[in-house]
Amino acid sequence: MSKLLMLVGQVIVYGGIAMWLGYFANSPVYTHLSPDKALIKLSIVHTAQRKGECRRRTAEELAAMPPNMRTPLDCPRERLPVLIEILLDGETIYRESLVAAGLAHGGKTRAYARFPVSAGEHMLVARMVDSARSVGYDYEHSARITLSPRENFVIDFRAETGGFRFVEPPDDA
Amino acid sequence: MTYLKRTLRVGFAWLEAGFDRIFTPACNPLYHLGALGFLYYWVVVASGFYLYIFFDTGLTEAYDSIESITYQQWYLGGVMRSLHRYASDGMIAMMAIHMLREFALDRYRGARWFTWFTGLPILWMVYAAGISGYWLVWDMLAQYIAIATTEWLDWLPIVGGTIARNFLNPERLDDRFFTLMVFMHIFVPLFLLFVLWIHLQRVTRPTFNPPRMLAGGTLLMLLVLSLLKPAESQPRADLDVVPSQVGLDWFYLPAYPLMDIWSNGAVWALAAIGTLLFVLLPWLPPLRRAQAARVDLDNCNGCTRCADDCPYAAIEMRPRSDDRPFEREAVVADSLCVSCGICVGSCPTSMPFRRATELVPGIDLPDLALRELRDRVDAAAAALTAGPRIVVFGCAHGVDPESLSGPAVAAIRLPCIGMLPPSFVDYVLSRNRADGVMLTGCSAGECHNRFGVDWTLARLNRTRDPRLRNRVPTQRIATLWTAPVEVWTHHRRLADFAERLQGLAATEARDDAEKAAE
Repeated sequence: MSKLLMLVGQVIVYGGIAMWLGYFANSPVYTHLSPDKALIKLSIVHTAQRKGECRRRTAEELAAMPPNMRTPLDCPRERLPVLIEILLDGETIYRESLVAAGLAHGGKTRAYARFPVSAGEHMLVARMVDSARSVGYDYEHSARITLSPRENFVIDFRAETGGFRFVEPPDDA
Repeated sequence: MTYLKRTLRVGFAWLEAGFDRIFTPACNPLYHLGALGFLYYWVVVASGFYLYIFFDTGLTEAYDSIESITYQQWYLGGVMRSLHRYASDGMIAMMAIHMLREFALDRYRGARWFTWFTGLPILWMVYAAGISGYWLVWDMLAQYIAIATTEWLDWLPIVGGTIARNFLNPERLDDRFFTLMVFMHIFVPLFLLFVLWIHLQRVTRPTFNPPRMLAGGTLLMLLVLSLLKPAESQPRADLDVVPSQVGLDWFYLPAYPLMDIWSNGAVWALAAIGTLLFVLLPWLPPLRRAQAARVDLDNCNGCTRCADDCPYAAIEMRPRSDDRPFEREAVVADSLCVSCGICVGSCPTSMPFRRATELVPGIDLPDLALRELRDRVDAAAAALTAGPRIVVFGCAHGVDPESLSGPAVAAIRLPCIGMLPPSFVDYVLSRNRADGVMLTGCSAGECHNRFGVDWTLARLNRTRDPRLRNRVPTQRIATLWTAPVEVWTHHRRLADFAERLQGLAATEARDDAEKAAE
């Protein structure tokens, strides 16, 4: 093969590799979420109530314990499952009863979920039961929300500030 | 599996044959995939050092500093950034082809399992380094990757399920995130060097650098690509907005869409099964290995040539265990030996002329003993019915020498051409077993057993022991190293060689006649 042909061949091969690297380095574009949709994201870390009642230790029991462990209450470790419901425009889009983390289920309960929804106005309701009650909810929050396309709308939860928080981006976002 | 391997092998063989012509065998990129991987790695490291000087860690500063590198000093910083990205992609590409080729050529089983196995952490680490690099830009792609990765990690029960909460909204994220990612992006590639060193522990004389022409061409290609299509950021990350459409780097991020299409659990299962399959592949099924080379201490004088020539570090020289007056003896590690026979070719006792005593060299292959090889040569040469008579010694991994057999051609197949001691060429010619000897094998620069072709050529050129004796007429020797699909080249070269031998015969006859007349 002549040197010229070899050179042409090399240019073609290097060109092909360059096109391969150059194109697939950021193409084709991947659509993670349709641009006309918004995303509601549920993320909760919450410590539910204990499964059993705490019992006050007697004076004899306390005296039998090492001094540094003499806590007046004897509480069961296991915590109740947490029921979470999310309703969008009256339709249940999420309903899960979640057990607490840990081998003894004594840790925190975690929930994480994403809901792609169409942009526009919606009625959003979030509810939680973290106790032994069988009727009603311990926490409930509802709001009429307006989602813009590609908006990231977060349902957060902080028991110390009253429960559910609907975190909307600031208006200029 | 066998069908897949065979198809891949044929595909590679054709590609290699084409590249041999375009690049020459010495610079064929397919023969230097590992070294090219190293070249890309060094480009990534060098450009990374430059970028780190100007990179600022911070929620807004990271993106701003990279934009500044890209546009305000496009002529250097921008080029460096592009080189950083494209060389990283090139590294993945080289690794993928390298793995596929080793698989196709069955060079991942038997004694080679260790090198295959240690390739796995390299793969994972390159991905970890690359993905963490994309986070640092903190654009929409980084945001998408960060959220998807943390959601994927959160799927594991042991993680605790709270990492993704860091990316819920802007108020949760702080600058420490970038410090962590920078540490990871620098530490992982550094540790990678150590793993690469382990990867090459069972490879003697590994090649770290591609030939200059190939390295130059690759660097020029990267530079031109960087100038024509500079790497750019996507819009600035904003946790209030969902990155709906992202330009993915498909070399590093092909698994991310699967997290959406399937689920995080399914992607974990894919990663686990893929990893397990990769680890177990050398034993699915295990290679039916030929018997390892055997040392015969009565004929071994501890000259070290076999240990020097072994491409797999399978021979060790140890203090003598018998009472013969030599310092050392060769010891073969069966688990490392691939039975290529290169050690037999290097042994000075591999002399086919020996008749008074039994032909047993210092080191030999139990499955193809040197004595048997000589018997085969004698029998095949005796069966030749036409002239000029040619004995072809061919490697089992090149063009099948049997396909060249004919009334004037006797073909002898060897596990590797490096198994042939040069004294065999002398034997065939000086004992008039044939008029010429042809040696064929894998393409030069890509011996299946790494050094078979190199050592054979050096022995024939009398630059490496054991050397071809000076009395052997080199014009009666032909060599041909090609990709295994180039049968037509072999037939053509064989015909040329036969013609040359006929010419030699005519010249010799004329010379003899002239001498007789004088």
